[in-house]
Amino acid sequence: MHIPEGYLSPSTCLVTTAIMLPIWYKAIKKIKTDLPASNIPFLSMGAVFSFIIMMFNLPVPDGTTAHATGAVLAALALGPWAAVICISVALFIQAVVFGDGGILAFGANAFNIAFLMPFIGYYTYNFIAKNAPIGSFKQMSAAFLAGFVGLNIAALSTAIMFGIQPLLFTTADNIPLYCPYGLSIAVPAMMFAHTLVAGPIEGILTAFSLKYILNSSPKLSFIISSKEKTSNV
Amino acid sequence: MYKKYIVILLALIIISPLGLIAEGTAWGEWGSDDLKEMLGFVPVGIEKAENLSKAIFPDYTIPFLGETLEYFAYILSAIIGAFLVYSITFLIAKLSAKKPYEN
Repeated sequence: MHIPEGYLSPSTCLVTTAIMLPIWYKAIKKIKTDLPASNIPFLSMGAVFSFIIMMFNLPVPDGTTAHATGAVLAALALGPWAAVICISVALFIQAVVFGDGGILAFGANAFNIAFLMPFIGYYTYNFIAKNAPIGSFKQMSAAFLAGFVGLNIAALSTAIMFGIQPLLFTTADNIPLYCPYGLSIAVPAMMFAHTLVAGPIEGILTAFSLKYILNSSPKLSFIISSKEKTSNV
Repeated sequence: MYKKYIVILLALIIISPLGLIAEGTAWGEWGSDDLKEMLGFVPVGIEKAENLSKAIFPDYTIPFLGETLEYFAYILSAIIGAFLVYSITFLIAKLSAKKPYEN
């Protein structure tokens, strides 16, 4: 789901980066007000977890690969704004050091994976789980669906960014300058990989990792502490 | 309190080469050689971008280790990446988190 360099027009990169700037700003401010200093190592480990999970490429039956991201887990365990920071840092290192995702496309990738995904996952979870007891079927299903839906919305947004390129940016002879595949190919291809393979894995990862975190260090968890504080996002 | 999470992260790093088993490329992440084969041409923007920047460890490989040590390079990449991601996140959070005396 990491859009490489050259697949998006410079203008697409510029617009998505411009959208991300206030989001990063707000995320930093949220850390300032909400994150206890004692949770900083946990936050940093959340970023590392996401970085490593994205290295586990999964085979997709059409011969491509896909991977989970851990972004929804980060949103549920640390809060969606903290997740924005964690996942953005993981994406940044992937782009700069490992060439996984373009550097100019960093804003676009961050919008999909570090912003849309944790927030969609977070709201999906809260919408379904309500006050379901931790470890109950309802709570586990909510976490599973949050991971599944979050990843798939991110994949859809990525597919749309890919798919609009040949509509908007071609040479005078109609030869695509950037991503050559339009929406009718990009959307089904991305959704196939993410609904069938990466989405269910993301769901399982989110549900079981969250259960583990809630059981082993309940004080760390954002979804519990936010209930106590009654203040949400 | 953090010890078991560190153990889990280290275990994940050690088994990370499992991520190399799946063959093929993620959709939309082809290199110019793949595109040439698929389309018969490489879109200008993608061709230009390929010369624009070269990553230090492209696709989690360590160039001087060669291809025989592919799995080892993947683990090493995971370690290097984990260290960088941890440090930068820690630094950002440290600089922006509330100070204990401000509570």
